[in-house]
Amino acid sequence: MGSFLQNVVNALQWGSFYALIALGYSMVYGVLMLFNFAHGDIFMVGAYIGFFIATGLISLSSLGILTLPSWALLALTILLAMFLTSFVGMLVERIGYRPLRGAPRASAAITGLMIGIILETGNLALLGATRKKFPDIIETTTFQLGEVSLTNTKILIVLISLLLMFALHQFIQRTKWGMAMRAMSADFLVVPLMGVPLNTIAALTFGIGSALAAAAGVFYGLAYPVLDPYMGIEYGWKAFVAAILGGRGSVVGAAIAGFLMGFLDIFVATYFPSTMRNLISFSIILIILTFRPHGFFGTAHSASLRL
Amino acid sequence: MEVTTGHSSPTPRKGFSRIWNSISQFFAQTPLLGWILGILIASTLELLIGFPLARAIGLNKAPVLFGVDIALKTPLLLPATLLYDLVIYIIPIVLVVRFLNPLTNRLAAWLLRFPMWVSALVHMGLLYLALDLWTSVSDYRVLVAKLMMIAIMITLSLNVVNGFMGEFSCSHPGFMALGAYSASLVTVFLFIGSNFGPAILPESLGPFIFPIALILGGLVASLGALLVAFPSFRTRGDYLAIISLAFMFIVKSLFENLEFLGGARGFGNQPNWASLPVVFIWTMLCIWIINNFVQSTMGKALNAVRDNELAADAMTVDTRKTKMITFLFAAFWAGVAGGLFAHVLRYVNPGTFGLQKLAEVLAMLYFGGLNSVTGSIVGAIGYNLLSEMLRPLELFKWIIIPLLLILVMLYRPTGLIAFKEFDLQKILQPKTPQTKVEVKNVTPAS
Repeated sequence: MGSFLQNVVNALQWGSFYALIALGYSMVYGVLMLFNFAHGDIFMVGAYIGFFIATGLISLSSLGILTLPSWALLALTILLAMFLTSFVGMLVERIGYRPLRGAPRASAAITGLMIGIILETGNLALLGATRKKFPDIIETTTFQLGEVSLTNTKILIVLISLLLMFALHQFIQRTKWGMAMRAMSADFLVVPLMGVPLNTIAALTFGIGSALAAAAGVFYGLAYPVLDPYMGIEYGWKAFVAAILGGRGSVVGAAIAGFLMGFLDIFVATYFPSTMRNLISFSIILIILTFRPHGFFGTAHSASLRL
Repeated sequence: MEVTTGHSSPTPRKGFSRIWNSISQFFAQTPLLGWILGILIASTLELLIGFPLARAIGLNKAPVLFGVDIALKTPLLLPATLLYDLVIYIIPIVLVVRFLNPLTNRLAAWLLRFPMWVSALVHMGLLYLALDLWTSVSDYRVLVAKLMMIAIMITLSLNVVNGFMGEFSCSHPGFMALGAYSASLVTVFLFIGSNFGPAILPESLGPFIFPIALILGGLVASLGALLVAFPSFRTRGDYLAIISLAFMFIVKSLFENLEFLGGARGFGNQPNWASLPVVFIWTMLCIWIINNFVQSTMGKALNAVRDNELAADAMTVDTRKTKMITFLFAAFWAGVAGGLFAHVLRYVNPGTFGLQKLAEVLAMLYFGGLNSVTGSIVGAIGYNLLSEMLRPLELFKWIIIPLLLILVMLYRPTGLIAFKEFDLQKILQPKTPQTKVEVKNVTPAS
């Protein structure tokens, strides 16, 4: 029982990365009807930006210029990383996706893929091949609850992720921009006719999605401090699967599906040889999709209607 | 669906279109036979005087891929490589296509007096001769040529699903893996002593069993395609993308976990039966069969399913059968290509067939053009040549190639040569008006 709970705790942390990244995919998919295959690499960019901010702040504090308590350092890192990475996301949208607004969606997907490759290679070229170590911003203290050991990092990551997801949900449900986004995911063509600025909504969607991915990046750096330029690939594609699994246009669905994939990863690795992790996870996903092809909360529509 | 026209308007205004127009007019009267003859002569010339010429100009060895890689490594040698290219390639080819036009046109017309397959075979034979001569200079060229032809097969088979049927299928690396492993298993198990046991059949029988091994690989890949085809009945578009992605991950993970197949390390020692003529013949077969498939009624059914599945269903197109046949057919050729790939490299391991391979095949497809056999051939050759020529740039290759692809996507979202039919008759015909001949066997795909 203890190891089961331990696995649950680990899966919650592992799943929050997937969930945060999947939210970005799902938002862009819901509002703009396209897949941003560069999103996994935006997660990587967010992690690196967080790395630079954290290193900068820590050296500033060690020089005595700006001493902050470690929780403030962490908060500043997360917020700054989210803020800066949202610009990266908006830039990607402006360069890669806006010119292709009228083109077939597959072309936009390929463009995204290529932008992702450029981001990875650019990182490798600019920063070299040595992996970077994310600095320890906060001291890890471990608590023991019975047979389960929790670190404050894990608790922090899961709590802040849930907080961010809740904030996003409120934003989408209660603000005017959120309403515009929901309207676009319901009917893409009519909303611009109603006076909603399409470009602004697109930029906002990409910005928010990228900010969430950056948060996931900083959390990843906290939990697993080694960063390398290709870390975004597997997360990106798996979060993509999670976004589709959650259903089109459903933010809650994407979050749940992200946590589900985290659970699948951790539990499959526990009870089966870890090399079979992908095999079993994806087989389960395939089975889920065979019986529920439109995802958890997606609207069921006839398979023959072209979206 | 928009059709991209290959020629610009009668009064081109932009400078580039004007230049392109004058170039295409210069070469407009050259039949395919003229081009092949030009390449033949250039290759022979290279064989005869290539090395001495290179050394005289100042290059250590004959440039293997038109000197682009040498020019990138040592820019000072750029004039030398340009001179080499000019003397060996450009001048002979231009001379042949300009001045031997009457001869080649008459030859092409004469060939067309026989049934069309005779003309096609003669062209193919001459093309193979040119390729053989060109690659006999170095082994590197042989490898590049073989990999390019395999890439043509893969891109064509992906085009059938992604271009002609309009799906977004990410499962092709999985099909390739299935074909590669199956074909390798057959050849290694039967003919080579390895950890599967001693050789069962003598190696001399090998080259005759090799096609069977490849076909078996293709059939196994088709069997795997059933896993993607059945869910495709209920889903389309984005959900099919996920299912095919899941399939790819499953196949890769499966091979990583089967220890008797070498696990993540894979296994090697495939016999060296994928020689240049073998790969060439399989590629020509693939182009011919796939072209016939997409020009047939079934091919039109594919387009109908892509454009509006509901309407197609109402117009007596059996959408289920169409989807099933398409996936199985495309997977078969991807499997054959995978088998050839394994035997060219003489090594197979699961890592080759992952996300990077997926990005590569998708890039080749969209670079060349959807829904077009010509497009796939151009895309595969272009992408591979670029990839090889830009090799000295190392890391920056992976910034330039994606940038190029993004440019292509921005200006031609469906690819360079999309929706263009591959008309064999038009290709084999002489280009001067007075020798245009009425051809027997006009019906395509008979």
